[in-house]
Amino acid sequence: MKKKWLHAAWCTSLLAAITMPTLWAANLYNLPHGVTPVSHAIYGLSMMAFWIMCGIAVVVFGAITWSIIFHRRSRHPKPADFHENTVLEIVWTVIPFLILIAMAIPAARVLIRAENVHHSELTVEVTGYQWLWRYTYPRWKINIYSRLADSSLRIAPLHSGRSPYSTPHYLHAVTHPLVLPVGEKVRLLITSKDVIHSWWVPDLGVQMDANPGLVNSIWVKILKPGTYRGQCNQICGWGHAYMPIVVVAKPKAQFLSWVKHWRKRHPQALSPATTPDP
Amino acid sequence: MSESIALSHDAHPAGRGLTRWIKTTNHKDIGTLYLLFSLIMFFIGGAMAMVIRAELFEPGLQFVNPGFYNQLVTMHGLIMVFGAVMPAFVGLANWMIPLMIGAPDMALPRLNNWSFWILPFAFTLLLLTLFLPGGGPEGGWTLYVPYSLELGYSFPFLIFAIHLMGISSVLGGINIIVTILNMRAPGMTLMKMPLFVWAWLITAYLLVAVMPVLAGGVTMQLFDHFFGTHFFSVAGGGSPLLWENVFWFFGHPEVYIMILPAFGIISEIVPTFSRKPLFGRTSMIYALASIAFLSFIVWGHHMFTSGMPVSADLFFMFSTMLIAVPTGVKIFNWIATMWKGALTFEVPMLFAIAFIVLFTIGGFSGVMLALAPADFQYHNSYFVVAHLHYVLVTGAVFAIMAAVYYWLPKWTGHRYSEFWGKVHFWVSVISVNVLYFPMHFLGLAGMPRRVPDYAVQFTDLNMISSIGAFVFGSAQLIFVAIIFATIYGGKKAEARAWEGAHGLEWTVPSPAPYHTFSSPPEVMG
Ligand SMILES: [Cu+2]
Repeated sequence: MKKKWLHAAWCTSLLAAITMPTLWAANLYNLPHGVTPVSHAIYGLSMMAFWIMCGIAVVVFGAITWSIIFHRRSRHPKPADFHENTVLEIVWTVIPFLILIAMAIPAARVLIRAENVHHSELTVEVTGYQWLWRYTYPRWKINIYSRLADSSLRIAPLHSGRSPYSTPHYLHAVTHPLVLPVGEKVRLLITSKDVIHSWWVPDLGVQMDANPGLVNSIWVKILKPGTYRGQCNQICGWGHAYMPIVVVAKPKAQFLSWVKHWRKRHPQALSPATTPDP
Repeated sequence: MSESIALSHDAHPAGRGLTRWIKTTNHKDIGTLYLLFSLIMFFIGGAMAMVIRAELFEPGLQFVNPGFYNQLVTMHGLIMVFGAVMPAFVGLANWMIPLMIGAPDMALPRLNNWSFWILPFAFTLLLLTLFLPGGGPEGGWTLYVPYSLELGYSFPFLIFAIHLMGISSVLGGINIIVTILNMRAPGMTLMKMPLFVWAWLITAYLLVAVMPVLAGGVTMQLFDHFFGTHFFSVAGGGSPLLWENVFWFFGHPEVYIMILPAFGIISEIVPTFSRKPLFGRTSMIYALASIAFLSFIVWGHHMFTSGMPVSADLFFMFSTMLIAVPTGVKIFNWIATMWKGALTFEVPMLFAIAFIVLFTIGGFSGVMLALAPADFQYHNSYFVVAHLHYVLVTGAVFAIMAAVYYWLPKWTGHRYSEFWGKVHFWVSVISVNVLYFPMHFLGLAGMPRRVPDYAVQFTDLNMISSIGAFVFGSAQLIFVAIIFATIYGGKKAEARAWEGAHGLEWTVPSPAPYHTFSSPPEVMG
């Protein structure tokens, strides 16, 4: 009797030891809910998949645990001899299949929506370089070169002797951010001038490769003003960790006045075709 | 076949000392060579992982420059895939397939010798690049162009090394197919073959099918680099995406090359320690074949963010999700095999159960990654690193360790120390989760893979992960100590080292004599 009680206590504490930190981390470190319709949809999809997987885990790991406890030789010395059961095989083929279909349908819906770049109101060209991003607004002939901010650059080298904690947003700060209007569907045309890079901002639910010589398009519609950070996500050389992305979303009026200011400060407006490489 | 039988009448190794190992055509010797080679590579690749984890212990650069870090990441991947996991499985195939099907040796013993001895040269070439001006290859084991074409002196070494590995694998694969199809003892029909042999038969076909694709791909890179072709440059009419397609058409079956033999091993071990036959042999074989077939039509799920059309994304998403069905069948069958058995938990069984649980976790993250829109967030993040290490380390590597403990008595004639084996198991299984589980959360929170430095909000989980890595790495020294202690001593093992074990390999004495089944055995049942 006492042994059984001990057993139960041991199992419960083991379970707690595994689940508690998991839930703590899952709560603290999860996908961002984000600020675009796509990031919201992806978050929902991801959480749905996560909980379905948790459900399957309970069944599968439960069966294994049960077997380990109750079918060990000390408790169950005479093994059964059953094998081959076509009905069972069909059952555990069909049920997972149905679960997968239940996940595939919403996933396909989100995918089709995420890749529909039609009817955008503004186009921005995003070009990756080793190791910075260039943002071009063809409508206003604006060119922004966005590099790792000096505050991070001073800290980053080997034996710099400076602490990454001494600056806000170490490795996630840039010289000039990409500025976008809130509430507008913005089409991003993404390409590269050298190797493959990838433009990834989790809060926007966007990750798209920048392929040299090819143009990929993706869209964002930011619902909330704010600053959103990401970084290049395709290994692209020495400076791969040092090409962050910062997007500042401003309400329409403020965005337009930013455009005006930028053009005033950078009068040498250039057409995108003749934009110089940095 | 006649030649190998003639050889088998000679009861002694062909030479003494080093020449024995260089000239050997004996499947057991070659199996041992493969396994030892793999062990060495496991430690070289592992040492690189330790440096990586040390660098990632906290933000800022402490030990290595970003360029060398990229080289470490690349080498770690190439060495673990081609140098550690694949040769370990080929070594197990060499040792066990002839013993399991009642054959005197592999069908093509000299080819067998050659396919092994290519490997040390291939990896010497690869590792030499670290000492060249400019260092080793640095674009990741995926060798994406044009980054890969920017490499200096290391580039031709890398390509040539990959060619050698490919030749070795294809020859090994052919040998395994020919052996299984032609050298089975009378009465050993295909459907009576042990699951490990079945898994390897299918794996060998995958090897022969896709290694040449990789060889073709890297040859195209070589031509682009040196001979002015433009397979991968848009300016010349090519495309960098062509490489991604070629690589992953090889790369996805490659993933299954590293896991199907593991499935075979688990299907041997679970019935033995459950004292109960495998639940659904036939469906297990069909599941293996379905996974192998599907592996050829899912490669695009590695490219969801590359800008494929939405129709391609949909196709690859659906086909990828489908793989979960046969994989589920395998897991359910293992559990059904354990159900109402008389389980005991010797070290091979412990590793097998850990495999089932942890590989399933890798499967869960795999299904999540298959959802194309969700992959827009997970892609190339630490979530992927967690996923691939769950299926490769707690999957493939744990299965290899289970196999080593399971067959070590047969190979050496000695029993390993159950106590130290259990120490190795428990330290490994706990530390490996401390190492890889936090990576899921790092990825979800936005940490990219293949970076030497990171934003400070990722520090806590990276520290936990690194501590797990150091413990897991050190624990493998116990593994080596156990292996060598068992080779040189220990309790005598019986022919049937495990009371619940069936199969022809347990009918020969332990250690298995240098030549076995010179006349074919009687196959029952
Ligand atoms: Cu980049």
